[in-house]
Amino acid sequence: MKNKSLVSINDFTRDEHHRILDLAEAFERHPKQRILEEYVVATLFFEPSTRTRLSFESAASRLGAQVIGFSDSSSSSTQKGESLRDTIKTVANYSDIIIMRHPREGSARFASEVSNVPIVNAGDGANQHPTQTLLDLYSIRKTQGTLDDLNIAFIGDLKYGRTVHSLVMALCNYNTTFHLVSPQELKLPSSVKWKIKEKNLVYHQYTDMMEVIPKADILYMTRIQKERFSDPMEYERVKNSYILRNSMLDDAKPNMKILHPLPRVNEITVDVDENPKAYYFTQALNGVYVRQAILAAILGVVE
Amino acid sequence: MEKDNLRKELKVSAIENGTVIDHIPSNNVFQVIKILNLDEVDNQILFGTNLESQKMGKKGIIKVRNKYFASDEINKIALVAPTATLIVIKNFEVTEKKKVSVPDKVEKFIKCFNPNCITNHENIPTRFYVIDKTDLKLSCHYCEKITAKNNMTFMP
Repeated sequence: MKNKSLVSINDFTRDEHHRILDLAEAFERHPKQRILEEYVVATLFFEPSTRTRLSFESAASRLGAQVIGFSDSSSSSTQKGESLRDTIKTVANYSDIIIMRHPREGSARFASEVSNVPIVNAGDGANQHPTQTLLDLYSIRKTQGTLDDLNIAFIGDLKYGRTVHSLVMALCNYNTTFHLVSPQELKLPSSVKWKIKEKNLVYHQYTDMMEVIPKADILYMTRIQKERFSDPMEYERVKNSYILRNSMLDDAKPNMKILHPLPRVNEITVDVDENPKAYYFTQALNGVYVRQAILAAILGVVE
Repeated sequence: MEKDNLRKELKVSAIENGTVIDHIPSNNVFQVIKILNLDEVDNQILFGTNLESQKMGKKGIIKVRNKYFASDEINKIALVAPTATLIVIKNFEVTEKKKVSVPDKVEKFIKCFNPNCITNHENIPTRFYVIDKTDLKLSCHYCEKITAKNNMTFMP
């Protein structure tokens, strides 16, 4: 993985995913290791994302790296009309690795082609967010003891949620049974279902989330955004059907855990937070270990 | 039989040097002309459409005098006329005859249909992987979205 860019979840093989997860476990045991003291990590956030940026900067800081960058493109020369190509080529001179978030799809792939240091994609428009996928895999493996043969339910906006798309694709390597719960307007796109079919795996589609709660090992919740609906009446009709409440969890399997990429708005009520099945805040913490693993593996300071 | 037909057609057009694009699906002849910018060249062009064809029922044909096509131009044809045959004529003789084929990769001349793709915002040549040669589906190397036949547009 040394010097390899991580743009799309499929850029790394299944074995490489495992290697990252194993490394992340080691960082969870010993989070503070100053193994990147010689390195400069650039975080270029052309679009703000406080959570992801802080998670990466926390990971880099815990490893002793210096962090440079910007948190929103209005404070960068993009505002003056500089092309992405030029920004990347310039920052590549100042850093050993570039972490970037950009509103356009394909921007990170393009950056990886013009940069002479590796690129880590921290989200390119609606396309990919592979470090989120790896931390999701880490959280699933940690809570279930395995990634194989699980029943994973995805709930909410399955059409636009890039975390859902990437995770579904990654899980296609693990004989997963998919339970897809969404309003009609927000079903999983056929391009992603095509990946499931290609692997001869099973998926079920639902509009009622109660049906999947007793079946699932993992409930992956996502937020439904009003602006995704062409018909506002339709949004009003469905908006309360995809809210998870503590009282709905009585029939859940004992091993079941609830994940959410965050930020949460109202799709999981606060009373769920106290339930031991709620795992979303730990999931966010896992993100730091996974990003430590990614930085260390790509910079080649660990085997 | 096929050979007789061909001879007849060649007699009609009788180009001394140039290219014949045969077996174009009838309804795509004008698209092929546009893609190859044949509406803007000075070469003599003869074309026919809805011609009888034993193989295809109906077909189109385009004959361009004194022009030979480069391989990336041939790729363009394959995307709208996968059945097309290219016949190179030199001195009234057929010197080369080949089927066009849909390539595995397509570069530069098709626009990514995704308005938010980086290729539509920076000066970047497009790149696609052909993931379905029959229904013609192209997966963008950058944004990973699929541009299908019905939303395909060509670079000007």
